[in-house]
Amino acid sequence: MKTDTNARYLKSHEWARKEGEEVVIGITDYAQSTLSDIVYVELPEVGDEVTKGEAFGVVESVKAASDIYAPMSGEVTAINENLEDAPEVVNEDAFGDGWLIKIKPSDLTEWDTLLDSEAYNKVVAEEQH
Amino acid sequence: MVYLPHTDEERAEMLKAIGVERIEDLFQDIPEQHRYPVLELPDAVSEMEILQELQALADANLSANAVPMFLGAGAYRHWVPSVVDYVISRGEFYTAYTPYQAEVSQGTLQAIFEYQSMICDLTGMEIANASHYDGATATAEAVIQAINVFRKKRNKVVVAPTVHPHYRKVLRTYTQGMGLEIVGDESLNTSLDELIELVDENTACVIVQTPNFLGQIENLEGLADKIQQKAKKTLLAVATNPLSLGLLKAPGAFDADIVMGDGQPLGLGLNFGGPYLGFYTTKEQYVRQIAGRLVGKTVDIEGKEAYVMTLTTREQHIRREKATSNICSNQGLMMLAATVYMSALGKHGLRKVAELNYHKAHYTAQKIDALPGFKVLQDKPFFNEFVVECPAPVEEINHYLQDEWSIIGGYDLSQDYPELENHMLFAVTEVNTRAEIDYLMDALHEFRAGSQD
Amino acid sequence: MAEPLIYELSSQGREGVKPPKLDVPVSELPGDLVRDELPLPEVSEIDVVRHFLHLSQLNYAIDKGMYPLGSCTMKYNPKVNEVAARIPGFTGIHPLQDAETVQGALFVMYELQNYLKEISGFAGVTLQPAAGAHGELVGVLIMRKYHLDRGDTKRDTILVPDSAHGTNPASTSMSGLRVVQIPSDERGNVDLDALQSQLCDRVVGLMLTNPNTLGLFEEQVVEVIEQVHSCGGLVYGDGANMNALMGIMRPGDVGIDVMHFNLHKTFSTPHGGGGPGSGPVGVAEHLVDYLPSPIVIIDEAESLEDIPFFNLYEPPKSIGPVKAFWGHFGIMLRAYTYMRMLGAEGMQAAAEHAVLNANYLLSQIKDVYPLPYDRICKHEFVVKGHLDEAPDIHALDIAKRLIDYGVHPPTNYFPLIVPEALMIEPTETESKQSLDNYASILRKIAEEAKQNPELLHTAPHNAPVRRLDEVQAARNPILRYKHE
Repeated sequence: MKTDTNARYLKSHEWARKEGEEVVIGITDYAQSTLSDIVYVELPEVGDEVTKGEAFGVVESVKAASDIYAPMSGEVTAINENLEDAPEVVNEDAFGDGWLIKIKPSDLTEWDTLLDSEAYNKVVAEEQH
Repeated sequence: MVYLPHTDEERAEMLKAIGVERIEDLFQDIPEQHRYPVLELPDAVSEMEILQELQALADANLSANAVPMFLGAGAYRHWVPSVVDYVISRGEFYTAYTPYQAEVSQGTLQAIFEYQSMICDLTGMEIANASHYDGATATAEAVIQAINVFRKKRNKVVVAPTVHPHYRKVLRTYTQGMGLEIVGDESLNTSLDELIELVDENTACVIVQTPNFLGQIENLEGLADKIQQKAKKTLLAVATNPLSLGLLKAPGAFDADIVMGDGQPLGLGLNFGGPYLGFYTTKEQYVRQIAGRLVGKTVDIEGKEAYVMTLTTREQHIRREKATSNICSNQGLMMLAATVYMSALGKHGLRKVAELNYHKAHYTAQKIDALPGFKVLQDKPFFNEFVVECPAPVEEINHYLQDEWSIIGGYDLSQDYPELENHMLFAVTEVNTRAEIDYLMDALHEFRAGSQD
Repeated sequence: MAEPLIYELSSQGREGVKPPKLDVPVSELPGDLVRDELPLPEVSEIDVVRHFLHLSQLNYAIDKGMYPLGSCTMKYNPKVNEVAARIPGFTGIHPLQDAETVQGALFVMYELQNYLKEISGFAGVTLQPAAGAHGELVGVLIMRKYHLDRGDTKRDTILVPDSAHGTNPASTSMSGLRVVQIPSDERGNVDLDALQSQLCDRVVGLMLTNPNTLGLFEEQVVEVIEQVHSCGGLVYGDGANMNALMGIMRPGDVGIDVMHFNLHKTFSTPHGGGGPGSGPVGVAEHLVDYLPSPIVIIDEAESLEDIPFFNLYEPPKSIGPVKAFWGHFGIMLRAYTYMRMLGAEGMQAAAEHAVLNANYLLSQIKDVYPLPYDRICKHEFVVKGHLDEAPDIHALDIAKRLIDYGVHPPTNYFPLIVPEALMIEPTETESKQSLDNYASILRKIAEEAKQNPELLHTAPHNAPVRRLDEVQAARNPILRYKHE
């Protein structure tokens, strides 16, 4: 199970990573593996506002649809359009090419409320138990 | 007891295996004061007796199978080829469940795929679902799709006054909790151009019908563009009679976003109003917002072509409160009937039946128009239904036709449109023979003559 | 050999069944409105017959064998029902004919309304809804309007137990209301404390399936209903499981306010490969005026002394119609036939034997398949399709292996509160031999799961097709035939 030590996490298995002024958001490798083959990703539009802790999109496998929650609040600056035709990229590279959205964060202090990779690994370990 | 295979001995063995003495012991968790109510129901009868009773009740109806009928208004008497009932009477089809276990449901699944394909071909649209309950609920679902396309940011719906009155009522029932503004159908005098004037940036969709409730064929040319000029992305939903599309241009050719309606004319009997078939089509880009079941083509692990229900995450059993609709049971067997009907008539037959409807309706209209006191409204072309201004209240004429001539007359439009007092909607299909039509002329002529006395 | 698509059987110029001849003069067609081409198949009548016969042979069906889908009540569909529904004096009547000319049909509807009222203990019934979910929508809209009409505008929440059918929350959100989920307790009942904590003046009502989707009777049903009523809320009964209660208990008697029936489950009308169903809704006295229009009444003004006149009537506060015309009359005829054939005694016996069959089948397999709630069940039960000795085997594998033995799998992965659920509803029309056969197959599969799990993973082996690639179907949907 991969994690990214530069990223911060929500218990609901989303990650956030700072890239310059922006924050990139995705779902974790553990999340993609429990969902199995992802067939569709529903994302907001550029310009939409997302709010920490609230659902901003949906990832779907054949038999399940899971909400994706925002680790931080802000305005969507980019969405990963590549996923429209190739949702399997989330399965293949959840922390890299399988990113979902980029936002311009409205409250940087939210970053400090997120789990670091060590704490997140514990959450995963408990769930697997 | 009827339909129960258990013998006394088997029942005893089964109770013993469960570990109880009597069947009643299985119901100890039911509140005692409410257990085993006495039901006042008629005594059980045998198969022979119930069929005799039902035959007597059926004889108390005046059936269009027995007398000439010119009533349509959303449900039509058509000739149904024998092969249709043959196929839908197969136990393998009608006693199967929804095809969740694809490996043992390929018959149903492939039939749905063929239905989806034919409905797309007929309407000129890209994708179709596996059915809604009827044309009215399909229309309501079109509005819900449009609302979902705009992620509930638009809440206005513009609907033409010539959309079937039941469809407009059902649409309002369905959406009463959604806070929508539904406008456009206040007066019958609103033209399509005036309707488009009501479109604004908050409008999710415009609904029109062709042939409309009055039987008139609407010219959809340029309509989608005009809507776009008023508000970008607003959807155009078109209700239609699928049989008319054997002859007429498909709404898909006019860039409609949703085309839906009632599939009853495609091989389904009148059955006093149901079960019928709601067909539903849209553009591929809206595939995630469509309600209902979809069947897709795939392969099995050996690479063999097969069919399966797909994109099911839109549906209630997975998405629950976030589903595109609550629909679960649909009109499976009616969809099969329509598929067989479209196959059996095929490309040539469907065109011929549509033309028969057209020619017979026009012959009838000409004849009625020539009768003194009756005038056919001819401001737009029509398919198999048309409006006649009558010299007396429609109710009166219909009673006369029924009592004196055993004819079931047309629809009284004043029920829905106060401005159409004394206006009757006549439907003429391939089933109405020339002799029947001429008989109707005699009757109407006599009515007029009688009321002049 | 796969059956080709009907399009692939097409031969240019071939004609199918022959339409009637034109016996009137030709009129001019509206040139610019006429379509140029109609790309439908060109096949003969015998092509059509053989094609659909071949397709039918790829289906499993009740007429072939046991079909114990939990929550679906796949009982025998009596053949007399089909004969009844095809009597020309019923098939040929138009829904908009004058009431005077359809008295036979209206009588059947009136009687069916009465039978359903009697069986359920309700004061009013509408036959209009087309299916169970459609009836649910009606029920939720009625509850919503009832509160609004009393000026009680705060209420916006429907409580739904976590074991509920997915249609419950979906119908709620279609009605513009909010869903709050209520957990189950360790006996599989609604958790009373959790329920209590959600009761407030925002509650429109509770949607209760009883017996619930675990097949268990809600033991505190009276308390649950009293609690919801005490906060001003109403209780909706999901009647999908009425087959356990016919003649045993009337939902109206325990205080349920509104409930839908599934004629295609409880009253033996066929499922048709997905429909049509019929979902009448019954209501208690205080909700009668809200029923969708129309319902059938005896019209006193038109009636003669000994001859009642049946007519359609619109209740004064109706939520409005939910369908064009009056409902699935063809399905009503089948259900009416069934009820007349059974009578009160037969209905009670049907429910009793549905419960007997479920408990018997459970007794034959519960030492092999883990049972999450060990109680007397009603018409269905849920076991886990997951064995400690075969950790890699899932409910899906067991379901697919059942197909190899020529029977239909149970509902799987529902209800969601039991992981790896197998939900089994044998129905009363299965014989002891049929149940014994099913039990022995399930026991054999449990053995195979331990000895030869691969056999299950790769099942089915002798169905028309093997397991399907559903991922490809969802990622790249092909939803129609593409013309070349």
